[in-house]
Amino acid sequence: MANSPRTMEKSGFGATQRTDAWWLQPVATAAGLGAFVVYSTLRAFENNFYTVGPYLSPFYSPLIDIGMGISPALLILWAPAGFRTTCYYYRKAYYRAFFRDPAACAVGESNEHKYCGETKFPFILQNLHRFMFYVAVIFIFILWHDAYKAFFFEDGVGMGVGTIVMILNATFLSGYTFGCHSFRHLIGGKRDTFQDGNASHGCWMGASKLNAKHMNWAWLSLFWVGFTDFYVRSVASGLFSDFRIF
Amino acid sequence: MPDVTFRISTGSAEQNEEKTYRVPVAEGWVVLDAVHYIQAHEAPDLAVRWNCKAAKCGSCSAEVNGKPKLMCKTRLDDFADGEEIVVYPLKTFPRIKDLVTDVSWNYEVAKKIKPFTPAKDTKWSMDQRDMDRVQEFRKCIECFLCQDVCHVLRNHDKKPEFAGPRSFVRIANLEMHPLDTASRLDFLKNEGGLGYCNITKCCTEVCPEDIHITDNAIIPLKERLVDEYYDPIAKLFKVFSGK
Ligand code: SF4
Ligand code: SF4
Ligand code: FES
Ligand code: FES
Repeated sequence: MANSPRTMEKSGFGATQRTDAWWLQPVATAAGLGAFVVYSTLRAFENNFYTVGPYLSPFYSPLIDIGMGISPALLILWAPAGFRTTCYYYRKAYYRAFFRDPAACAVGESNEHKYCGETKFPFILQNLHRFMFYVAVIFIFILWHDAYKAFFFEDGVGMGVGTIVMILNATFLSGYTFGCHSFRHLIGGKRDTFQDGNASHGCWMGASKLNAKHMNWAWLSLFWVGFTDFYVRSVASGLFSDFRIF
Repeated sequence: MPDVTFRISTGSAEQNEEKTYRVPVAEGWVVLDAVHYIQAHEAPDLAVRWNCKAAKCGSCSAEVNGKPKLMCKTRLDDFADGEEIVVYPLKTFPRIKDLVTDVSWNYEVAKKIKPFTPAKDTKWSMDQRDMDRVQEFRKCIECFLCQDVCHVLRNHDKKPEFAGPRSFVRIANLEMHPLDTASRLDFLKNEGGLGYCNITKCCTEVCPEDIHITDNAIIPLKERLVDEYYDPIAKLFKVFSGK
């Protein structure tokens, strides 16, 4: 802005008068997201150790094995990846951590970069997030079904630590999915009045409750889906064995 | 309490000079108290805008140690012992003098927003649940800290094309009002430039009224734009249902 002290100051990436550790959050976000992307990519290509006993890794569910050496994970991971990439929370996270647009509030950005926000391709496609939500709901049903199947061992009904891990996975992913902003809109937020919609108001309130902690659900479910895969992989590869509770 | 060092930005639109003062502060002081002390004892010509000293009028917005804040709501005991406190005016708007900026652009944008438009035969009865939702937006004190911090205005200077978070709060209040009949979606998509917002939430972080600007105003408005312009299924549904 012309005529403000800002024009008389240093500009460019990182220019700020803030004295706190503003860089910590973007660095931590980049590290967390980066670690997950690396781990999940390696696992998707590994095409091995994804099922053991009644457990199936969420990276490989639903299991679509077309052979030809193509990993089943590669056929389905576009859906959760697309859902998370277009999620309003993750957009904030990666615009800040990777695009540095802005890295933190009241902190300078790289000089002379053209900014279009979400008005042009490819970011205008973020507007299609609700379609990824529809797909994600199908996955939630599938993952709950996987958690249910995790009770059925070869020697009958039982429960292992893996069963709990899978149930928590479906729970956390449900908390994340049903706190989605698009869902919150579709289930009631789009109305201007709840006068004739008690059920809609109840659903909207429920979604709003989850939505208020959407970031926490996003990280918890991300970590846990990775951990669930790690657990299944470890048991399948013999790194450690599953503990049977009954 | 030990004295505190204040570095205050003074000057005009074209020139900036930082002046340093040692201020004998007292228990419970906020930054505005110190600025008043400086005005009373050392620099009677120091320009500062304030009214209520109760975080309600939205006049005393400034940048304290680089963060957009109300000076009357920024307590000195929030700073570390011995920390120097640097006070600048809002940096996204033109400076008039010292800590006072010209924020009139925000009022010009407000004039472009269609006002509340009830139907002719409105019954004026409202459901408390509907009012609970819009009440949050009515807490806005027009301090413009959100406009100051928003990188679309601050770093990219998109003033003509982007109305800014304060305007989106105003529009959310009207669009979600149960008795309003006007639509501001076209304004939001075009003149208001809602698409420029990349929901990075700095506006929410600085709002002294704790309005969840991004989650409760901007994102719901973005979703309404999706209904209107980007969702072919919603469009088809509208055609067939006649709604
Ligand atoms: S969330 Fe949008 S309006 Fe708010 S500061 Fe960020 S870019 Fe600006
Ligand atoms: S929305 Fe909050 S930050 Fe923005 S002008 Fe209103 S009170 Fe100030
Ligand atoms: S907004 Fe995060 S999942 Fe939809
Ligand atoms: S003086 Fe009124 S908000 Fe600070």
